[in-house]
Amino acid sequence: MTLGIVVFPGSNCDRDVQWAAEGCLGISSRFLWHEDRDLSGLDAVVIPGGFSYGDYLRCGAIARFAPVLQEVVRFAEAGGPVLGICNGFQVLTELGLLPGALTRNEHLHFVCETSELTVQPGSCRWLKGYSNGELLRFPIAHGEGRYQIEANQLPVLEANGQVVLRYRHNPNGSVADVAGICNPAGNVLGLMPHPERACDPATGGIDGQRLLAALLG
Amino acid sequence: MPLFRARVLVSLRPSVLDPAGEATRAAAGRLGVSAIQRLRIGKAVEVELEADSLDGARAQLELLSDRLLANPVIENWALEQLEPATAEA
Repeated sequence: MTLGIVVFPGSNCDRDVQWAAEGCLGISSRFLWHEDRDLSGLDAVVIPGGFSYGDYLRCGAIARFAPVLQEVVRFAEAGGPVLGICNGFQVLTELGLLPGALTRNEHLHFVCETSELTVQPGSCRWLKGYSNGELLRFPIAHGEGRYQIEANQLPVLEANGQVVLRYRHNPNGSVADVAGICNPAGNVLGLMPHPERACDPATGGIDGQRLLAALLG
Repeated sequence: MPLFRARVLVSLRPSVLDPAGEATRAAAGRLGVSAIQRLRIGKAVEVELEADSLDGARAQLELLSDRLLANPVIENWALEQLEPATAEA
């Protein structure tokens, strides 16, 4: 079981994900530099939080063309589990692996706090360790996490059960309190909150452990 | 190949809240310019590119705008200006 962790110029949660996987759960990992194309031997890929190439134009817009991500798209299309956290979620929407877009928080505040989330795992492979309606506490830290989608597409997401994580107290103006979205196949999850920062008891909670541990079978 | 000059305007779709525009509108009020009814912030992207023709340049700019400069989920774009680049400019 080996986890690939994508590293862009500007990524700053890559080592947090590594610690959560290796230090807290015993899952081995390998960093994937943005120019890498070799995903061989990997069982899952995480696109971590932070920034990517300065996030010029829009968050994730430049990263979308990174060589490593062309391989991640193939990996996802073949059914491989892919997780995008924060900036990684923004990248997944820019890539088209997940619908919608993330833009500036309502009121322009950078929010940095612990958020309460309700989970509806449905068929999402990353969330199979949680029960329907369970309340989770994950840290959030973002300035551009307001989820947007065309008005006629939101009911489609809801009907498909793709809105797998919602804020109990909406911190950023996201439509329908969306905190995380999964693809219909269940292998690609994007979320603004940081499960990797909720894996070590030293940081105040371990609600995120079951998300990464889902990889262990 | 001939050189063309263009400007692409990218703006948030009208249905999408523009908090930066709202903050700027509030600051304008403190400046004493309080009659502003609407203020939306976008981007102007100036491009110079080589193409075999005006139509060829337009096709490249449309691809660029639709796939990179703007995200159609939240943004609109418009090719505001496209003309042959003159030597002195």
